Amino acid sequence: MSDDDPRRPWLEVRGICKRFPGVTALDGVGMHVNRGEVVAVIGENGAGKSSLMKILAGVQPADSGQIFLEGRRCQLASVEQALRLGIALIHQELNLADNLEVGANIFLGREPRRFGLLIDKPRILRDSARYLARVGLKLPPTRLVGSLPIGRKQMVEIAKALSVDARILIMDEPTSSLSQREADQLFEVIRDLSAKGVSIVYISHRLGEVKELAHRVVVLRDGKKVGELRRDEINHENMVQLMVGRQVSQFYLHRPHEPGEVVLTADNLRTLAYPHRSCSFALRRGEIVGMFGLVGAGRTELLQTLFGVTPALGGSVWIDGRKTAVRSPIDAVLAGLALVPEDRKQQGLILDLTVRNNLSLTSLRRDQKMGFLNRARERELARDMVRLLKVKATGEGQVTRLLSGGNQQKIALGKWLSLHPRILLLDEPTRGIDVGAKTEIYSLMESLAEKGITVLFVSSEMEEILGMSDRVLVMHEGRIFGELPRAELSEQRVMRLATGQLPEAA
Amino acid sequence: MKKLLGIFGIFLFVFVLTALLSDRFLESYNLENLIRRTALLGILAVGVAFVIITGGIDLSIGSVVCLVGCGVPWLLVKQSCPLPWALALAVIVSLAVGLLHGLLIAKLKLQPFVVTLCGLLMYRGITRGFTGDQTQGFGTEYKGLRQLATAEVPLPFVEGFGIPAPCLFLIVVAVLASIFLNQTIYGRYLLAMGQNEEAARYSGIRTDRMVILAYVICSLTAGLGGILFALDVNSAQPGSFGNFYELHAIAAAVLGGCSLRGGSGTIMGVIFGAGLIQVLRNMITLVDFIPSHIEYAVIGAVILCGVMTDETVKRIVRRRLFSK
Ligand SMILES: Nc1ncnc2c1ncn2[C@@H]1O[C@H](COP(=O)(O)OP(=O)(O)OP(=O)(O)O)[C@@H](O)[C@H]1O
Ligand SMILES: [Mg+2]
Repeated sequence: MSDDDPRRPWLEVRGICKRFPGVTALDGVGMHVNRGEVVAVIGENGAGKSSLMKILAGVQPADSGQIFLEGRRCQLASVEQALRLGIALIHQELNLADNLEVGANIFLGREPRRFGLLIDKPRILRDSARYLARVGLKLPPTRLVGSLPIGRKQMVEIAKALSVDARILIMDEPTSSLSQREADQLFEVIRDLSAKGVSIVYISHRLGEVKELAHRVVVLRDGKKVGELRRDEINHENMVQLMVGRQVSQFYLHRPHEPGEVVLTADNLRTLAYPHRSCSFALRRGEIVGMFGLVGAGRTELLQTLFGVTPALGGSVWIDGRKTAVRSPIDAVLAGLALVPEDRKQQGLILDLTVRNNLSLTSLRRDQKMGFLNRARERELARDMVRLLKVKATGEGQVTRLLSGGNQQKIALGKWLSLHPRILLLDEPTRGIDVGAKTEIYSLMESLAEKGITVLFVSSEMEEILGMSDRVLVMHEGRIFGELPRAELSEQRVMRLATGQLPEAA
Repeated sequence: MKKLLGIFGIFLFVFVLTALLSDRFLESYNLENLIRRTALLGILAVGVAFVIITGGIDLSIGSVVCLVGCGVPWLLVKQSCPLPWALALAVIVSLAVGLLHGLLIAKLKLQPFVVTLCGLLMYRGITRGFTGDQTQGFGTEYKGLRQLATAEVPLPFVEGFGIPAPCLFLIVVAVLASIFLNQTIYGRYLLAMGQNEEAARYSGIRTDRMVILAYVICSLTAGLGGILFALDVNSAQPGSFGNFYELHAIAAAVLGGCSLRGGSGTIMGVIFGAGLIQVLRNMITLVDFIPSHIEYAVIGAVILCGVMTDETVKRIVRRRLFSK
């Protein structure tokens, strides 16, 4: 092979092992990435995908195994070194400084200087504007990152990775917080980079986009590589078969529900996001209502207002026929509501608490014995919930931060289930969750609805909306633009409403 | 538990070192005094630990000590106020101060540093105002009351050594605080909030009330400390009484493992932190070759070393956790 043989892998790893106390995250994994190739890495939650990527990017060392870059053995001892060799990683959990501007974040740690000392602000502005444009973000580089919704933050992360001119770009679930449109934009960028010879390693639980994008798929299960699929072998069945080791037959187990009486009515509710628009809708007992909209349509803000996180600017909420003032989350909880928020790292979980303490946080009040903790009950509850949701952890005493992303999401959901809410608000409930666990969450939603619980879920995944909802509310620019019963659901109809077009006649 | 080992180790080291450097250190009179001062500081430190655990800070402690410590003898001696009234007033004032801080911080979202810094200035000023800047004391009266701070509880089988009374107060405060922090749901809420206030709020915790509670606890212990300090010294000068106590208390809490970033801390650790600071001060007065006017330099350096070791140990543990 000559030196610039395009078939020689740019990056190859062999026999990578990684153990954490109590778990073997990676057990002799080997893989390679060719020039300009898009390799998707898939697997269940906790299969070891993120661990492998962190090793490739120098974030953590492997216990054993070899890494070759263009055929030469090398060490990846630190992130800086990996970056120098042209390997950049976009983490599953966002890593941006909220208090800095977009531009400053893009060049964090690599600020261009003037006279060796002063930060070259104009250059940061100029260059970051270019990278932002490449990912299709229309933002001034002077915006504070903290003021951006999570989807935009994700795009800033990607712009940041582009700015180091990586030869291998690793993306850990980049689309999990993007809308369809943003994801499409990202795929454009990926194809463009790939055509320019940049290799992409891509982790995703959305098999649809893997099929669309990947040249090759690597499947991990329980820390081992269980198979690879070539371009022509990539299809849903093959991927699921390898990931789960069995056939996951019926994906959406939707059974129509007989909706009961109205449990919640929002009457001309106005939120901070769109002060001049108002929303009115009603939820019935035992139905699953999907809420669709493009990112920025105001869905998250609506849920947060219902739950009392942000005050309503106007309008009223009626729960069980009584006008209820929800001024803070506790009011909502006492009225029987629960919210699994979109941003699990910041809002859904307290990452440095144990799994047990996170799961019990919501129900401490209910289970208290005159103000004292009921530890026996707490332990029992955590054990049940870990079992019910099949959380992969070394124990209920494990610090939540150490769980894989999908397992963290299960904890964020589980902490509310134990409280038996009557109305469950879910904001992107299956973000970062593998196919198997998704099916489990869907069937959980089903069984909750059967028990008479009302589920209102926001999702940006069209499949999920079409598959799970009894009824879909579509938001557009801060108001409920339309409503579709299950019988009238179709992708086109939902999309028309979401983009602010009225449904076609007939 | 691991955290306790660190502070306990430093404490033991300084304790033994002082004992070796000065033969007066282990005399029972000195030890009694040391325990008394540790107990008094410990009460303040346990209080401020609650605030620090929520991620806040209280700089007004020294001035609350001054306000209550000068106010009580002033009421009793100068205003001839009946004892129960004076004590009740002391509790009410401390409570009101804590409530004020808590409300301003939780409801108006003012910064704890700023609110309590203003408190630090105001309460001392007020005290100097109503006392006419005159030294306050109990004189020769209130012998019984002063016993609360000066008495020694004799130990069986030990001659010439007794447990100073403030130590009993500290034990009560510490036991209550430990139970509150570790056994009640509110303690759990405080720790959770200190780690991530937003997520705690999303979980249905009334975070604003918990913040207010923490500041109330802190001011109440400062008030209790103020009374005991005043009973102990019997001469409280409004201009200087309680000066820098807030910094000693905060230092003790930090040495005891309360991260100023919030979310962690143990009561035992805080008490050892208070002990360490008092042993250090004792060492500086006892050991001849350390000039006593460099006291602050020594204390500052030791706190810095303590916090640095703590942070390094934590980093090593974390690295092992994440990359082993
Ligand atoms: N620092 C750590 N300490 C202890 N265990 C860890 C640590 N990091 C990861 N693990 C464990 O290693 C296993 C693999 O985790 P990893 O994050 O690689 O999974 P993943 O495939 O990315 O899953 P997901 O799809 O949920 O993101 C999990 O069981 C996880 O709990
Ligand atoms: Mg992962």
